[in-house]
Amino acid sequence: MLLIHCPYCEQDLPELEFAYAGEAHIARPADPSKLTDEEWRDFLFIRTNPRGVHFERWRHINGCARFFNAARETVSDRFLLTYKAGEPRPDVAKLTGVAQ
Amino acid sequence: MNAMSPLAAGVTITELAPTVRIALRLADISTAPGLALPVKVGERSAEGGRTVLCLGPDEWLIEAPEAGRDALFAALGAISVPHSAVEVSDREITLELEGPAVLTLLASGCPRDLARMPTGSGARTVFDSAQVVVTREAEDRFHLTIWRSFAPHVRAILDLATRELAAGL
Repeated sequence: MLLIHCPYCEQDLPELEFAYAGEAHIARPADPSKLTDEEWRDFLFIRTNPRGVHFERWRHINGCARFFNAARETVSDRFLLTYKAGEPRPDVAKLTGVAQ
Repeated sequence: MNAMSPLAAGVTITELAPTVRIALRLADISTAPGLALPVKVGERSAEGGRTVLCLGPDEWLIEAPEAGRDALFAALGAISVPHSAVEVSDREITLELEGPAVLTLLASGCPRDLARMPTGSGARTVFDSAQVVVTREAEDRFHLTIWRSFAPHVRAILDLATRELAAGL
């Protein structure tokens, strides 16, 4: 079973305790009514869907119940790093050792 | 596990008497000095029959005997900052699992590695998709606190696994 490190519990815990919650670092527009339909569509639906390192939100729903962020390699399904919600996006090159 | 006779390998399951349970959400533990809230997720404090388990960074499960209800409510009433203290006594039932094979029994439904859980601590986790709170009372004794409506499901799996253990499977 995949083990995920929860930054709040500070333990590696089974995947079954966690729920995926979409891409991370998508800020809600400060003034939504000023957006065009296209910009609103992009905010709601358009995601990066990368082949490689993906920054995503997870929730430790059957545990401490906190949302946190993770950097996951989508090809190998390896978790490179998890970090608390609100912390800045880490540098991909540092995580993988490869400049992107 | 060593070679054990089926009876020695057994686990007894007991449903415990009702207790007072409070789900407490609070931002800063220094604002509730009367409750001895543990800081780290999974830690549990015990004081005068009352136990407080830290479920999350700002969430605690307090269990107290019926006789301690008034003292507990007084301590909660003394918190002067915004918080949430919800009585959930009737929401859950607690099963006590005890015996040398208790870890094997719990592994029938719980994905967490409970062998690594120190005695006196606890955690919220899943048992065959039902959310449960597991606490380790002693080396071979666990408490499983289950939402009432999921209890028949969890109990059925535990009973089946107990029979399998007794049969040496």
